[in-house]
Amino acid sequence: MIEQINPRARRDAFGSKINRDHSPLLAFGVPWASILLASLTPLLPVIAPAPVLPPFAYLLLLAWRLMRPGLLPLWSGLPLGAFDDLYSGQPFGSGILLFSLTMMGIELLDMRFPWRSFWQDWIIATGLMAAYLVLAAILSGARLDRMELVSLAPQLLLAIVAYPVIARIVSLLDRLRLLRVRRLG
Amino acid sequence: MAPPNIRSSSSNRKAQLSVFTGYVFAAAGAAIGAALLIISLWQPQALSGLRSVATDASAPVGKAGAGARVGSMNIFQAIAGYYRAGSKNAELEQEVRIARVRLAEAAALKRENDRLKAAIGLREADPRPVAIGRLIGSTSSSARRFAYLSVGRSDGVLPEMPVISPMGLVGRVLEAGQGSARVMLLTDSESMVPVRRSTDDVVAFAQGQADGTLRIRLINLGINPLKKGDVFVTSGAGGVFPPNIAVAVVDTVTKDGAVARMLSNPAATDYVAVDPVWKPEAVRMVDVQAGPAKDKP
Repeated sequence: MIEQINPRARRDAFGSKINRDHSPLLAFGVPWASILLASLTPLLPVIAPAPVLPPFAYLLLLAWRLMRPGLLPLWSGLPLGAFDDLYSGQPFGSGILLFSLTMMGIELLDMRFPWRSFWQDWIIATGLMAAYLVLAAILSGARLDRMELVSLAPQLLLAIVAYPVIARIVSLLDRLRLLRVRRLG
Repeated sequence: MAPPNIRSSSSNRKAQLSVFTGYVFAAAGAAIGAALLIISLWQPQALSGLRSVATDASAPVGKAGAGARVGSMNIFQAIAGYYRAGSKNAELEQEVRIARVRLAEAAALKRENDRLKAAIGLREADPRPVAIGRLIGSTSSSARRFAYLSVGRSDGVLPEMPVISPMGLVGRVLEAGQGSARVMLLTDSESMVPVRRSTDDVVAFAQGQADGTLRIRLINLGINPLKKGDVFVTSGAGGVFPPNIAVAVVDTVTKDGAVARMLSNPAATDYVAVDPVWKPEAVRMVDVQAGPAKDKP
């Protein structure tokens, strides 16, 4: 007599383990698609008289890169930054430059500190976001004075607070990314 | 999660090479970015075609969302509006009472104005707007303050045209695509509008500041005549903006001018009108004298 095995033994969080596999399109496309979508936040119906919203595309890039190293290639800053520049209002090229430098910076960081906890990721992200906001303000071609830098503070605070939420969204998307949807055979 | 450990394996030559090419591509990307950045800071209009195409492509998305924004302010104001509702209501009623009186006064003034104008045979040529559109979004995370407009070249919108809402001046068109345009808001730090006080002829420049206010810089320095509550309107100097459009109200008086709030909060405007450039010949003359400058008011 064959014992009936647990019906959930052949499933896990990503779906059935029999006859199903990950879809390459989903597995590699979701990070790109989510970051590109986040670049479109300027088209949200929020008309801000002062910069308030954190740079969502950059936050998503950081979260994906810090949580899933090796998924976004090193050169991904070029296309992602270029798309972000089309909508962000920054002069064209600033996103390409800053995104590329970020990817290289985290790569070097990964070599030194391969194992990190979430808190360390958050600290790293905070530092990078601060650098990004200040550099983006400098590169934006806007007249820089004390008030300009002061007005970055609420934006930075919001970005710091938003990072855990973004990281959680990324982990949800990561689960979506690895769903076994492709039918084998 | 730790990175995939391909770098440390000395035997996997292919993996090492791919790491190396990755760095080469990333460095090349950064270099391309820097080069493009220099070009776009030096010649801001050089890459505007690319942006216009992108905005055109995504404008329908923004238009769908813009309808939901009517009457709402920015996100924080929307949330903050729920607090102190009672006291605000009382304040507003008081304000409405005052406003009614003012309205009656204004109506009287308007009648007198009409009569005087008729007396001297002056007919005001009210420029017809080129197009009416919606603000569909703004660069809410960049230090520059641009908004996207739902009308473009196919509706007759061209760069330099002033954008006006019923509450006052919003900004001016910077780049125009086929079906969308990019508007430089008054609060952009590169935006400068010649203004005068509505009651007399104290002339000044209204310059955008990073925190969403306007800095009023008086042209004639001396004793600062400004008071809190003074309203500034466009003076028509420079030829871009038509005169007598409300711009800002003084909030705090400083040594050389004042800090003013924008009268037409772009977050609360639904439809905006794009007017033709008021005196194109004056703008051309200024351009010839000053050379092709990039973001001149």
